[in-house]
Amino acid sequence: MSSLAVRKTAPAAGTTPGTVQGPPLRRRIALVPTLTLLLGAIYCLLPVAWVLIAATKSGSELFSTFTFLPGSGFADNLSDLNAYRDGVYWQWMGNSALYAGLGALLSTAVSAVSGYALAIYRFKGRETVFNILMAGVLMPPVILAIPQYLLMAKADLADSYWSVLLPLILSPYGVYLSRIYAAAAVPSDVVEAGRMDGASEWRIFTRIALPMMVPGLVTVFLFQFVAVWNNFLLPYIMLSDDEKFPITLGLFTLLEQGANTPALYTLVITGALLAVIPLIALFLVIQRFWSLDLLSGAVKS
Amino acid sequence: MTSARRKSYGVKGAPYAFLFPATILFALFFALPIGYAVWLSLHKVQVKGLGLGSGARQEVWAGVENYTDALTDSELLAGALRVLGYGAIVVPVMLGLALVFALMLDSDKVRLAPFTRLAIFLPYAVPGVVAALLWGFLYLPDVSPFYFVLERLGLPQPDLLDGGGLYAALSNIAIWGGTGFNMIVIYTSLQAIPAEVYEAAKLDGATPLQIALKIKIPMVAPSLVLTFFFSIIATLQVFSEPTTLKPLTNSVSTTWSPLMKVHRDAFGEGDIYSAAAGAVIIAVATLVLSFGFLRAANSRNKRYDSQGAAR
Repeated sequence: MSSLAVRKTAPAAGTTPGTVQGPPLRRRIALVPTLTLLLGAIYCLLPVAWVLIAATKSGSELFSTFTFLPGSGFADNLSDLNAYRDGVYWQWMGNSALYAGLGALLSTAVSAVSGYALAIYRFKGRETVFNILMAGVLMPPVILAIPQYLLMAKADLADSYWSVLLPLILSPYGVYLSRIYAAAAVPSDVVEAGRMDGASEWRIFTRIALPMMVPGLVTVFLFQFVAVWNNFLLPYIMLSDDEKFPITLGLFTLLEQGANTPALYTLVITGALLAVIPLIALFLVIQRFWSLDLLSGAVKS
Repeated sequence: MTSARRKSYGVKGAPYAFLFPATILFALFFALPIGYAVWLSLHKVQVKGLGLGSGARQEVWAGVENYTDALTDSELLAGALRVLGYGAIVVPVMLGLALVFALMLDSDKVRLAPFTRLAIFLPYAVPGVVAALLWGFLYLPDVSPFYFVLERLGLPQPDLLDGGGLYAALSNIAIWGGTGFNMIVIYTSLQAIPAEVYEAAKLDGATPLQIALKIKIPMVAPSLVLTFFFSIIATLQVFSEPTTLKPLTNSVSTTWSPLMKVHRDAFGEGDIYSAAAGAVIIAVATLVLSFGFLRAANSRNKRYDSQGAAR
């Protein structure tokens, strides 16, 4: 489904639905909904299409040729970006992959075990624990980030990889989703049966419940991955050494310098394009594993 | 569910053990920083003598001084008003579009649904900073296709990086980034409505528009409440988009949004005490606004339910 949809991108963006669909058309196409959705798709793809083309332009072409006309400078832009400060751009990409990958993995693990406990067991203080964790969703990142920074500085951890990684491991939203998913996917009879067979609680969790929770945990992982990859405020506050920057912060500092030296604009644009590609690719590959209906399940309960 | 039986197996300790990592992390990275922020907000630095040497700068109790300062600070107030104005555009437009797109996706005989759904959801994968950066370039008259077209047509070219245009520019970035996610949430709950409900309505001769307005929208009301709730929180915390646009224009100040002012106080001016007070005020305002909204939505729903039951 997804690959087909992607191949359709080019014709679909510029033509009416009638010419795109192969099979003969009857009057039964809902024209208004289809056109509305197409307009929405064009609006959403426009900046992506723009950056794709702008990245091919040399510095002079950027300001002189029509925006949607491809330029001739893509290879130069790439090698400029590659050469910029000895390839610090790739360092930023690697950092983002590290923060997002490891952060999301740890976060999913903590969410899974907490969500399972909150869904399966009845114990004193269950709702209190849950409500306190959920209050974390409402906390503006800044109210946390500033004292987090000061505390990290006291612990001598500010400006380290840890300072960006550790505060993100506990995700109230991840716990919330895991709880809902565990409640829906792990039947209490199965847990009960495990106990009858004399399995320990930990063994029941890892061997029986965890495999059942995998589809939901993939969703939690992806949410966290996107959240950390897109995060800006925490690294902005925590880090000063730009070798440790994630890509968002790296591009931002590049843009800040570019404001004074427009020659850097092409670098920023090419960098933005390359920064968008991995996440979009991840989306296209993984979307079939991504159970977004988990969200509406979240709404119902 | 089966709570009563469980206790007899002596597994009482297990949930606490399972929740241990979350508890530790919560204590270290949520509770402790919040407590520290509150503590800081009630203190200030007192400089003795020339402020040189150890012990010359001392933290002393300030009471509510930082709070009264923050609440009477015209910059913070102006920032709050800007963000409220921005939110008044973003939340209704974004959720309105999300609802319209979700209804369209859910309608019969629609073509290209998988492709458009994916395309509209795609901006969710683009970091806010990168989104602001891309749109920022599209707002620059020298680079933008819009200005190119407007110029050729001889139409006036609005300044999107200044004055009222800036609100439109910033709102557009948020709407672009958030519509698809909310659309998916609403669409998924539309899909959960059983088909029989529509069949019955169709037999009664309801038009698709009537079905949308009278059946679909009321039935997805809980998702709308949830998306409203998260949108309000996200809007009040806007930070990275205006910060990213800052290098492209002079009209985004360092105190454009309240969070930006808090950040500037803490790191630009090194006054962590005022910054902490500002942060606490924003947190309380967020809590009050979002819970106020939830309560209002719930009481409305309850009234709706009881009316339905009465009929």
